[in-house]
Amino acid sequence: MANNRQSMRTHKSYFAFVGHRVSGLLLALFLPIHFLVLGLALEGADALNRFLAFSELPLVKAAEWGLVVLLAIHLLFGIRVLMLELTDWPNSADGRTAWIIPSVIAALLVGVIFLAQL
Amino acid sequence: MLKVSIWRGVDEGEFIDYEVPMRANQTVLDIVTEVQRNQEPDLAYRFACRVGVCGSCAMTVNGRPRWTCRSHVNDVIDGDRLVLEPLRSHPRIRDLVVDLAPFFETWKGSGAVFKPSATRDDKPVKITADDPARKNADAGIECINCAVCYSACDVVSWDKNYLGPAALNRAWTLVNDAKHGERKETLNKALGDGGCGSCHSMGNCTRNCPVGLSPSAGIAGLKKFALRGLPKVEKP
Ligand code: SF4
Ligand code: SF4
Ligand code: FES
Repeated sequence: MANNRQSMRTHKSYFAFVGHRVSGLLLALFLPIHFLVLGLALEGADALNRFLAFSELPLVKAAEWGLVVLLAIHLLFGIRVLMLELTDWPNSADGRTAWIIPSVIAALLVGVIFLAQL
Repeated sequence: MLKVSIWRGVDEGEFIDYEVPMRANQTVLDIVTEVQRNQEPDLAYRFACRVGVCGSCAMTVNGRPRWTCRSHVNDVIDGDRLVLEPLRSHPRIRDLVVDLAPFFETWKGSGAVFKPSATRDDKPVKITADDPARKNADAGIECINCAVCYSACDVVSWDKNYLGPAALNRAWTLVNDAKHGERKETLNKALGDGGCGSCHSMGNCTRNCPVGLSPSAGIAGLKKFALRGLPKVEKP
């Protein structure tokens, strides 16, 4: 019975684990496209221009914003994992969970800066 | 009345509903016992100490692994419903009883088997309470092998090779123990196939351990030792 199944996962480090994974997977999907664009730039101005026109579309802009935020989240959650695994814990109960929400806020701030630059 | 759904069967089976009178200070184990005594004599479940010492009574209670003997109904109930299932990630035997043998095998896999470094004729090692390695070991030593963390860990449920939080937590206490004769070997096993590298730091183990231990901290500590080497301890 699926009743209440989620309850053992409703805590911050699980949220950070999922966030890190999902952002990583989405970035893995995005990066090939990114390199494709760079490849077009090398091939000639014409193909690149067509692509840049495409990237002006609002939906594409929104997706770019999402990807910038994802990149920031992945980076910040990744730093937390590195801190967990490379440095001593203040105490064994403290998995640096206090970093998780600020990391999300910082990533959203990066997103705001990205929007301001458009 | 409490509405209690209990898993009957092995892998194939169904939830059967029971009604149990509500009383003051009821634990989930009391409920199971009441059902077994008065309504379903052949209900299989396991317990021994009833006070959170033996680690045999763990089940999945409303979706979360818990010691049933130390879970008060009032703290875990969902409306008036309790859903009781066997612990996940273990082979099922019947009803609420699982086979813990494979879980105990993981302890060998992680090198979590104590090997003395001295004989009874040697002087005991002098270990002070403020020794950093001792403090590391102390933080994880109270484990009672209940398998709650193992059952809570999603990586265990995905990856049959993964040794899981309890065995690695035990390995962590041993690599920090001056009395253990095979600290290096234990570290190598804990870092080997199915070891620490598979942990994603999701912390379900720490979140659910009824003793309040932090296997995640131990696993992160083992990874640190992989880079920095073992901490110095008193020579026997
Ligand atoms: S670490 Fe905690 S949850 Fe895991 S087996 Fe030991 S006592 Fe049980
Ligand atoms: S921290 Fe590691 S051992 Fe603990 S639940 Fe997460 S993946 Fe499993
Ligand atoms: S019966 Fe011993 S821990 Fe619950």
